[in-house]
Amino acid sequence: MKPLELKLKGDTQVIVTRRFAASPEAVFRAHVEPDLIRKWMLGPDGWTMPECMADFRPGGSFRYVWANEEGESFLITGECIACEPFSRLEHVERMHLPDPTPDNHIVTTFDPDREGTLMTMVMTLPSAEVRSTMLGTGMERGMEVSYQRLEGLLG
Amino acid sequence: MQTLDLNAPFAALADPTRRAILSRLCQGEAGVMELAAPFKLSQPAISRHLKVLENAGLITRRVDRTRRPCKVVPEAVDELTSWLSNLRVAMEANYVRLDQLLAQGTKDENNETPRT
Repeated sequence: MKPLELKLKGDTQVIVTRRFAASPEAVFRAHVEPDLIRKWMLGPDGWTMPECMADFRPGGSFRYVWANEEGESFLITGECIACEPFSRLEHVERMHLPDPTPDNHIVTTFDPDREGTLMTMVMTLPSAEVRSTMLGTGMERGMEVSYQRLEGLLG
Repeated sequence: MQTLDLNAPFAALADPTRRAILSRLCQGEAGVMELAAPFKLSQPAISRHLKVLENAGLITRRVDRTRRPCKVVPEAVDELTSWLSNLRVAMEANYVRLDQLLAQGTKDENNETPRT
């Protein structure tokens, strides 16, 4: 399994690709069904997702709340623009820090790849400055920095 | 919460020519003529790109008689790449969990229809 690839494209996009050893249908469902989402979309160890509401029909919205044992919490909200089971999802989302960050427009595609799935996530930010801020602070904050521990684990 | 100021370097690297220049410089010091060679760009155009990289703190230039060779600032490049790799690691942690969940799903399906 190839690891995650993260690339910057132009001055406003971030492209993430990842392969999975499961069908596009299974990977797609894990991205839209709350019962499945809260089992994996957790960030570093120690964080849980006490609130996970997701309606990925076009016009539907979602709301994810993460919390850790230290009482810190973190919120992302978003709306679904388009949903083509089991191949494509288009949505906007923002972090609340607690002020909302500018919308991140995300198109996720799930393509058959031999026995599995190639997932491609294209994030488009409103400007180069917003992308830099997201990469430099927002996502770092959102994923909370157990990075060092993770890096330790990975040697 | 420590906030990295990555605005200038990320903005500098939004341009493909500047990314190519930086990647060339990661292999070692080079002068403007040398850097211009692979591109269909004039020397002044390359010099402008170098100025942006320099202002972003990604490269430094020294004076060597008539030449002004450039080299990367390793700490700045390290900071950028380590930031991106941290992000990659954090996202990958989620996806490793998803791998396990998906494997579980396959197993459950197999259990429902056991092979005889």
